[in-house]
Formats: sequence, C-alpha cells, structure tokens
Amino acid sequence: MRRFRTYNQVEETGQELPAQVAAQQERLKDRLASVRSIWLVGSGKGGVGKSAVTANLAAALAARSFSVGGLDGDVNGPSLARMLGAERGPLRSDGVGVAPAAGVAGTRVMSMDLLLGSADAPLRWREPDAAAGFIWQSTLEAGAVREFLSDVAWGTLDILLIDLPPGTDKLSRALQLIPEPAGVLLVTTPSEAARAAVARSARLVREAGVRRAGLIVNMAGHACSSCGHVDALFAAAADHRLVQESGMEAWARIPFHAGFATATDAGRPPVLDDPNGPAAAALLALADRVASTLDTEPL
Amino acid sequence: MKFLCLACDQAMEFAERQLPGDGTLAAVFGCPTCGREIAMLANPMETQLVSSLGIKVGGREVPEQPLELVRSSLAEGRPDAFLDDSAPANPSAVQGPVTWSDDAVQRLSHVPTFVRGMVKRIYTDYARERGIERITPEIMDTARTDLGLEGM
Repeated sequence: MRRFRTYNQVEETGQELPAQVAAQQERLKDRLASVRSIWLVGSGKGGVGKSAVTANLAAALAARSFSVGGLDGDVNGPSLARMLGAERGPLRSDGVGVAPAAGVAGTRVMSMDLLLGSADAPLRWREPDAAAGFIWQSTLEAGAVREFLSDVAWGTLDILLIDLPPGTDKLSRALQLIPEPAGVLLVTTPSEAARAAVARSARLVREAGVRRAGLIVNMAGHACSSCGHVDALFAAAADHRLVQESGMEAWARIPFHAGFATATDAGRPPVLDDPNGPAAAALLALADRVASTLDTEPL
Repeated sequence: MKFLCLACDQAMEFAERQLPGDGTLAAVFGCPTCGREIAMLANPMETQLVSSLGIKVGGREVPEQPLELVRSSLAEGRPDAFLDDSAPANPSAVQGPVTWSDDAVQRLSHVPTFVRGMVKRIYTDYARERGIERITPEIMDTARTDLGLEGM
C-alpha cells in the first residue's frame, strides 16, 4: 500500500488557496488598522430593532463629533443606508477601495441596498445551478460582508458599527471576521420569544470572551405621544430574566414611540432632531456610554 | 488542494488555466522534475464553490479588485452603483499608458455597467503588468483565460 505524506508535509508551490485566504485576511487587517473601535450590533432575533438602534447610535455618535461608519451586515434585508439617509448614488471606486456613501451627520455607510438594482430587488447571485445555490449562497453572503469591511475606503474612524442580521450564526461569523471587537450590543425586547433567542447569542458572546457586551432592551414600554408616560408593551418583562440569566447588563432601555420609528425609517434618526424624546434620550445615553470606552481603545 | 507527481513524489506546479465552456474550469499542473502534466477539470458547481470564496485556482495574476466578489457575483446590480476611476490596483505595475482598440471598446460595452469599470481595470492591469500597450479583443480573450474571468 502506498503511504502518502499529508497535505502540510508536501512542499508549497506558492499557488495554494490557503495563501489567498491569508491574503484576504491581511487586506482586512490593513483596512481596519485605521478604525479605532468596532462594535457589533446583533440579536439572534429578528424584528427587534437592531438597524434602528444602529442608525440612531451612529447618528448620535457622529453628532458628538466622532467619525463613525455604519456597515450593514444584513445583505438580504438591508435597511441601514435608508435609515442613515444615504443616497443611492454612484460610489467612487478605484483600484484600492470603494468610497462609502455619505449618511446623516457625516456618517459613512456601506450597504447592499446601495448596490441592488431596484428598491425591491431581492439579493440574487449569478450561479450555474440555482437549485444547488444553497451550497454556496451563504459563502457568498459571508464574502460580501468581508469585502464591505476590507474593500470600502472607510478612512480613519473612531467607531465602526456593524448591523448584523438575525441569527446566532451571523454573530458567530462576525466574530470570526472581527475576533476582538471593542464591544457587542445585543438588541432584545421584553418578549419571551426574544429572550429565548437572544439568550443563545448572549452565551455565544460570553464564551467568545468579548471585552464589552451589553443588552439593549428595545420596545421597553410604550411612550405616550402626548404626555410621555410609559406603559408596559409586553406583559412578560422577560428582559429582566435575560439580564439575570445571561449576566449581561442592560446598557439601554428604549421605549417604543411611533414617531421615533417613522423618522428613523425616513432616514432622519430622531437623536438628531428630537433629542429630548424618551427613545432618543435613551439612545443618546447609550452613545455616551459607548463613547466613554474610546479612551481605552488604541489610536 | 495539491497535486503530487507519484513518480517523483513532488508537488506539481500550476501551469495554465482555461475556461473551455459550460462553466468548466480547466487547470493544468506540471511536475517540475519529470515534466509530466495533468489537467484538473472542475464542473460548474465546483467552479462556483471555489469562486464563492473569492479565490482563484492557480493563484492570482492581478491584484484582487475592491468588491470583486460582490461585483462579479451579484445578479441584479444597480447599473450606476459605481463610478470607476482607472487607477490600477497595483500602482507599482504601471509601465506606461494602455490604449484600447475600437473593437475592444465595443466588446467592453457589452459588459453590464454594474461591473464594467472593474472589468476594464482588470484588463488594463493585466496589460500593464505584461507591458502590453494596446488592448484588443484577442488580448481580452487571452486575459480572460489567464485570469479565469468567468462571465466577464
């Protein structure tokens, strides 16, 4: 019987695929060298308001004169560019990078929404056999996020916020691309369904040894448009159980306010125009807390 | 993956890449000691799997372009999503101006606008790195094969 050497025992010929993957990682590292801190905004649960939190946090930090980037990691359901008021105009590209779009308050934005053919165009890839697309589509999606990180000319940033799609796997992938983020914010609501889903992400974050991790409890009550009085929106109040069981602190509790959601959807984050509203005030306090960590981040 | 010449117990080296059609990728590897050659044929699914990683069998001939994977893979890209400068990805490769023949320009015009600027830069980089002064359809064919530009 023949006895073969292992792959690693055979000499390199310089063309191997691992070397190209290593080159991709090096490019990513080079690009992010001028980014002072990266924060992941995830959840594990869909529909909890991750993008709205990310957009308002980005705008609030930018309004405090920090240079802020917003990367929409949700390539299938992109919404961050719209929420940050970024126009779908042409992005300047040269041989070394693609310029991000300009969002409100000087934010720099990259999103699949800026690249798709029309507002209702689903994300579809050119592929030889669409029926077998499930084999490589997730690889392409992960590759797209990697390119958004490494190939966008972000320039010097104080903070890059990455808005992740729902799913614990997306958070796990992001932590592989960015092994040492400055922090992770997990958005939840007081519902029991959200608690159960976000608990999985909380465990993943804890086991990854992330330096800072906080829960953002969105829809933490309903703020009356007239008097501002806040009533409970979910009877379960499961967020308190999540805090207790996950060991993660709630960094912000954001009440639901219809006008807040409408303004954010229209690309004008209320932290800029209505900073005294109950939801905006909670997000501005969150921005201050995130900003306070910059003192410990290397330049 | 590596290919081993069993007679010489030596890793074979990449020699040539071709796209013969129907999504097949052909890559030729040769033994540096005895000269024996083999051709690896990847079916369209295998070719797609490799390209989904943003890597090229046999290595890269020109630097990777910004958002190359997204731009070359997206089925329904916005035609005016990019405003492409002609700056090369590798400025050190610049050896002189590269011009395009009318036929080559005509052929380039058939490339979707979402990806056209990037494709133009790839062909230009290819020509610059080889000291080619004028890009013709024949040069585009050669570059397409050498670079494995499936669908470009």
